[in-house]
Formats: sequence, structure tokens, C-alpha cells
Amino acid sequence: MSGDSPRVIRVRRAGALTTVQDCGRPGYAHLGVPRSGALDAPAHHLANRLVGNPPAAAVLETTLTGVALTAECDVIAAVTGAQAAVRIDGQPARLGVATELRRGQLLEVRSATSGVRSYLAFSGGLAVPRVLGSASADLLSGLGPARLADGDVLRLGLPDGPDGGDGCSLGEPPDVAAPARPGAASSGDGATGPVQLVIHPGPRFDWLAGSGLAALEDGQWTVSPDSNRVALRLAGQPVRRRRGELASEGLVSGAIQALPDGHLVLFLADHPTTGGYPVIAVVDPACLPACAQARPGSKISFRLAPGRT
Amino acid sequence: MRFRPAGPSALLVEVDSLPRVRALHARIEQERARGWAPGLVDVIAAARTVLLDGVTDQDALAGEIRSWSVPPHPEASGPVVEIACRYDGPDLGEVARQWGVPPDRVAAVHSELTHEVAFCGFAPGFPYIAGLGGGREVSRRDRPRAAVPAGSVALGDEYTGIYPRTSPGGWQIIGHTDAVMWDPARDPAALLRPGDRVRFVTVTP
Repeated sequence: MSGDSPRVIRVRRAGALTTVQDCGRPGYAHLGVPRSGALDAPAHHLANRLVGNPPAAAVLETTLTGVALTAECDVIAAVTGAQAAVRIDGQPARLGVATELRRGQLLEVRSATSGVRSYLAFSGGLAVPRVLGSASADLLSGLGPARLADGDVLRLGLPDGPDGGDGCSLGEPPDVAAPARPGAASSGDGATGPVQLVIHPGPRFDWLAGSGLAALEDGQWTVSPDSNRVALRLAGQPVRRRRGELASEGLVSGAIQALPDGHLVLFLADHPTTGGYPVIAVVDPACLPACAQARPGSKISFRLAPGRT
Repeated sequence: MRFRPAGPSALLVEVDSLPRVRALHARIEQERARGWAPGLVDVIAAARTVLLDGVTDQDALAGEIRSWSVPPHPEASGPVVEIACRYDGPDLGEVARQWGVPPDRVAAVHSELTHEVAFCGFAPGFPYIAGLGGGREVSRRDRPRAAVPAGSVALGDEYTGIYPRTSPGGWQIIGHTDAVMWDPARDPAALLRPGDRVRFVTVTP
């Protein structure tokens, strides 16, 4: 379908931070390798399904200001994730649908109006060398490809043999029609109220003073501008915790640490494998996509999962 | 042994000492090799804990682990890896002071200790090599260095560490090695892995 034209796309505007992501590097944490991978996994999987790729194929993940690319071959593309205007040669195009890009056409994802991260999938997937089984850019440890720069050329896989990103577990299959996005309905600018995250007790919830985890349900936090793929940093009424130190211990994605000054750090995919501050709570995995789309300045509240404490 | 849920699908197992961590971790890996708990994605040993990530039934798993008889000390069974070390680090004098030995004895004392990788962390391929317990623990620098060169052999608390790449660090540097600690293109990528025994061999600068 694309004749002899090279199966590549050219980066015209890389945006604030655009990286290649797939399902990351599960299973290497004992060597100090972060999990990494797309922060909004349902949006990643959906973008791939729309263009006929395996859900784990490598895609682009943007941050707040989108990206602009030229197709140098005919290719099917889809954009999912954050609310953002999509243009093809300046004409409005739709989010969340498969769109045919003709050779030479410019695909623009403009700044997100709600949410943070857009996902761009291309039929055939991105043909990026894998490191420990993954094409993901890990910004903490520097594994995987560099962040995109203006003028970069990205190779695509073949549509009939997509670069599938094997070796990663997808967990629950995403529902294409209605991806599970708890909290995502209000994950935008905070105008519709805080993003509510379901939390479970962390291994060190007993480091909390006073009413313990219940105090988290009463507070409200603001996503700090220094949040990134490693963690959301949350400012708010400091939580009261025990003084002292803890030997470093393993961390899971979604772990919420209470720092000595009472501020909270909520770890995302590029988090370090171990840490020494007490993990007082862990965000339910179903709420991690909402964390991925929580903008700096937006409000966060917590609700304790029913069941065991 | 204490079991602490770490969210809905992970379990943190806490024990009293580093040798107990190593013994428990060795047992967990033996069981995994036999197909135990196939849903586990990551097992992260640390100083006093082992984190099991990818647990479907926390109570059942805790019950099974509690039923094991784990010795208080690990049986040394990992492969022995030799690390050629030039003991020429800038903190030899400080370590000598903390140990109460002349600086020219630090190499002999360090290389004669028994070392075993307890866990990895901090950066891909950075090993926490246990071996300084029992009186050779080392206090960190008051002020971390902004850039510790790749290959630096450094001491902190009860561990020897080797920096896979240049990074900030507060440990006391006693020497350097040319060994490539981390190479993602190599299988295995990490030269030293949990359970490996390490023999430091003195080379002259």
C-alpha cells in the first residue's frame, strides 16, 4: 500500500516530552531496573487496537504539549489518551479513531486541554531496538531510546508483522468501547472536582499518626509541577507520621510515600525499585491511568478501598 | 517474620536481619524455580525485607511462606565472581580511620572478608554486596559526591557497592574495577546478581 516509500515518520515538533513506550520491563526489578512502560496503559492498548496492532506494540507518549509528525509512507494512525485537538494537514481529525495518513501528510496533536498524555499508534508499530525486551524510554535509569527530538526519523514495523512488544503481561484485556478509567472523568483541569483515587493500605500505614489512613480521606492534595514519569508529587496539608528511618525496601507502582515533612510522593512507572521512606498507601492499579492524566495543579483526593485494612 | 500487604497485589515480608533476608530470598527463588506462585512478576530483596509483586492471594501466600523452615543464615550456593580491584580510592584513609587500621591494610582487610550480593538497586546493575557486618560497617560521607565514576568500589553501612555508571553517591570510595557491571546487550545484563558470592582480587595500579 505504501509502495517503495520508506516506512518511517519524521518528527517535526517533538513537544515538551515525547517518548517511545510499550509495556515496559517487568521482571527485572531485582537488578534495579524500573518497570517503566506507558503510564496510561488502557490508552496505550486502545491506540494499538484501533490501528490493528497487538495491544503491547510500541507507541509514542506525549506530555502536555503534543507532537507533530510527517508520515513518509501511507500508514494508519490513532491518537488516544488526553483530550487534545488533532489535525491532519491542518484539518480537524478525531481522537480515538483509526485514521489513514497519506504519505507526506502532517499529523499534529496540539496541547492537551484535559489530561496530560496522548498516545499515538501507527500500523506496524514503532520498530525500536528493545532493551531487556522493551522499547520503553526509562527516564530514571536511562534505558531505552532517547526522548524524541525535532527532526528525528522513526522506523515503523510492517503492518502484517507488527513489532508486538512480547514478554509483557497486559493484565485485564482493555474494553475498546469503554476502557476502564476510574477517576478519568474528572482528571482534567480540576474544574469538575478532585480526581478521586482508590487506595489500599501500604506496608507502612502504621507509620501514620492520629487517625491513620482515615486522615488521607479527609484531605485534598495538589499535583506539583515537578511531577513526572517517576512520580506525582502531592502538596497539601502535611500528613502526621512517625519520625525515624527505614531501611530501603521494594516499591510497587502506585506506592505512596510519606516524606519526613509530611508531603506525599505517588510512584508511577519509572519509579526506583527501592526506597527508604515509609509507603503508607498504594493506589489501586485501576486508578493509575487517572494518575497518568492528572495535570500539575489539579486536585487529588483519596478513598480507602472497602475490605481489609 | 511479618507480612505486610503492599496494596492489593503485593506482599512485603519483613525479617530481623540481612542474613535472614538472604536465606528467605534463596528459598523463594528455589520455590519459584519449581513453579511456585507463577503469577509473581518481581521479587525484590532488600536490607530487611523481600517484596513479592504479583500476588493474587496474600493470605494464602503468607501462610505457605510461614510454613517453610527457613534457616537463620543462607547456605552460600551462588556462583563465585572475581572482581579485580585497584585499591586506590580517595577515601582509603577515612575507611582506615573508621576500621582502626593503617591505610595500606584496607585492601587486605576488605579482600579477605566473605562477600555475597544481597540485592541490587539504586541503578540498574548496582549490587549491594554484604560482607562488612560484624564490626566493619562504614559510615557514609557527610557530603555526597555529585559524580562518582563508573567502576568505583565503595563502602556504605554493611555493604560494598560498585557503581555501574557515573552517578551521584555518598559511599566511601576505596578502589576501582574495570569490570563492566551492567551491559543491557549482554545476557545476563548485570554482572553481579543477588546470591552471587564475590571475591575481590587486589591488582596493583
